Amino acid sequence: MNVFDIVGPVMIGPSSSHTAGAVRIGRIAGALLEGEPVRAHILLHGSFAKTYRGHGTDKALVAGIMGMAPSDIRIRQSLEIAKERGLDVVFGKTELEGAHPNTVVITLKDAKGRTVKVQGASVGGGNILISEINGMKVEVTGQQDTLLVLHRDVPGVIAHVTNYIAAQGVNIGNFKLTRSRRGETAMMTIEMDGEFSRESNEGIEKLPNVIRSIILRPE
Amino acid sequence: MSIYYSVQDLIETAERENKKISQIVLKDQAAELQKPESVLYKNMRESFLVMHQSVSDGISPDMRSVSGLSGGSAYKMNLAVENGKTLCGKVFGRALVRALAVSESNACMGKIVAAPTAGSCGILPAALLTVMEDRGLNERDVVMSLFTASAFGMVIANNASISGAQGGCQAECGSASAMAAAALTELAGGTPRMAAHACAIALKNILGLVCDPVAGLVEIPCIKRNAMGVANAFVGAELALAGIESAIPADEVIVAMKRIGDMMPGSLKETAEGGLAGTPTAKRLKKQIFGE
Repeated sequence: MNVFDIVGPVMIGPSSSHTAGAVRIGRIAGALLEGEPVRAHILLHGSFAKTYRGHGTDKALVAGIMGMAPSDIRIRQSLEIAKERGLDVVFGKTELEGAHPNTVVITLKDAKGRTVKVQGASVGGGNILISEINGMKVEVTGQQDTLLVLHRDVPGVIAHVTNYIAAQGVNIGNFKLTRSRRGETAMMTIEMDGEFSRESNEGIEKLPNVIRSIILRPE
Repeated sequence: MSIYYSVQDLIETAERENKKISQIVLKDQAAELQKPESVLYKNMRESFLVMHQSVSDGISPDMRSVSGLSGGSAYKMNLAVENGKTLCGKVFGRALVRALAVSESNACMGKIVAAPTAGSCGILPAALLTVMEDRGLNERDVVMSLFTASAFGMVIANNASISGAQGGCQAECGSASAMAAAALTELAGGTPRMAAHACAIALKNILGLVCDPVAGLVEIPCIKRNAMGVANAFVGAELALAGIESAIPADEVIVAMKRIGDMMPGSLKETAEGGLAGTPTAKRLKKQIFGE
């Protein structure tokens, strides 16, 4: 925690959890999709499902999916902007066992038919926790530069990636590995203490057995 | 990290180094975030400018929230101040105008700074901008006082909570009020120890306040509680600046707030079930908005 977690974020109202946090979850889902989204299926759970219209949670999620930050004044018109951009949005309600009251499941599809499914919760004060990406359990807060590295589950990949990060002079603050099944694909979630450049991320994508690497940055 | 776990450590560090709390915090945070002090100051100044803007945004007469429940209070309050119709004079009246304006701006999907949350975003700007205007303070001191406010907020967040869902409104408007009281004290020339007493007094006065938003929206009673929050911040600061001490130290008040929050039933912690949210009028309004 630092001073800007207390005085901040600069955001569009009315609720840090139901508006700013929702934008952040949407942003991560949008960043994970390779192309521009053409369809968004958004399932709301708990308090999100009950109060989303009054809090503008719907507008916030869609704004985030389109890459807007929580302080973007266009959030108010995001549903209209989505329509103009050809993004088809459908909202639904769901009940998830044991999930945080402010949880959303977002499924996005791009024009080439590629999809991404993200489950995340807005846990208070605009802070979020992404708990699932494409069915894999993760723990992404988005507070630091975070790398998501999808790779083949074979020996040596983690060493290659972490050595590469070390060579850039960047310290790892947190590391988590998730596997779909042993020997298939796995995902590293790596939170950085400092900034990790786009060029460095391209370097990671060139490492053996890395399928894709995405960098998420706090807005 | 320890200075943000205890108010006592925070003020002792400031006293030992013979500096203002804001100076200690800026230096420490620059080291923590590995950025120059000038960059952190600039970031905080940007928040300060947004605070200024949200006051102007919120005074408009025809502001309405998405739900239709709120808007226009800041405008009415401002008219009363301009026409000299307030009981406590212009300075206090303007503080109320600003608290309402920022909170209403928030309810109407305007741009605000969460301080520490969106629901309590009117208190700190109202307190600081009002004394800034009244005393002709320079911008730098006011921006710096936001670092002081943040430090107290971090101690509260680390030992209790700043979330209504976890600790009730005492954790949101209470924390904001305590943070503002400390910042006001520093701005008025009070010592770090006085700032700690101001924080303690403001927080004590608000202990037990529940979070019971009508229809679950950050509007009723949140907007008016921001007006109360700034009033209470002035109470804490004025008493502390007069040399009045809180018998219970700030750190113990914070722990008491945490315990009270833990004991509070879920229906009074942002679930929109109990308290004001459970009144017949609140139920009718909810039905009117959501049609359920």
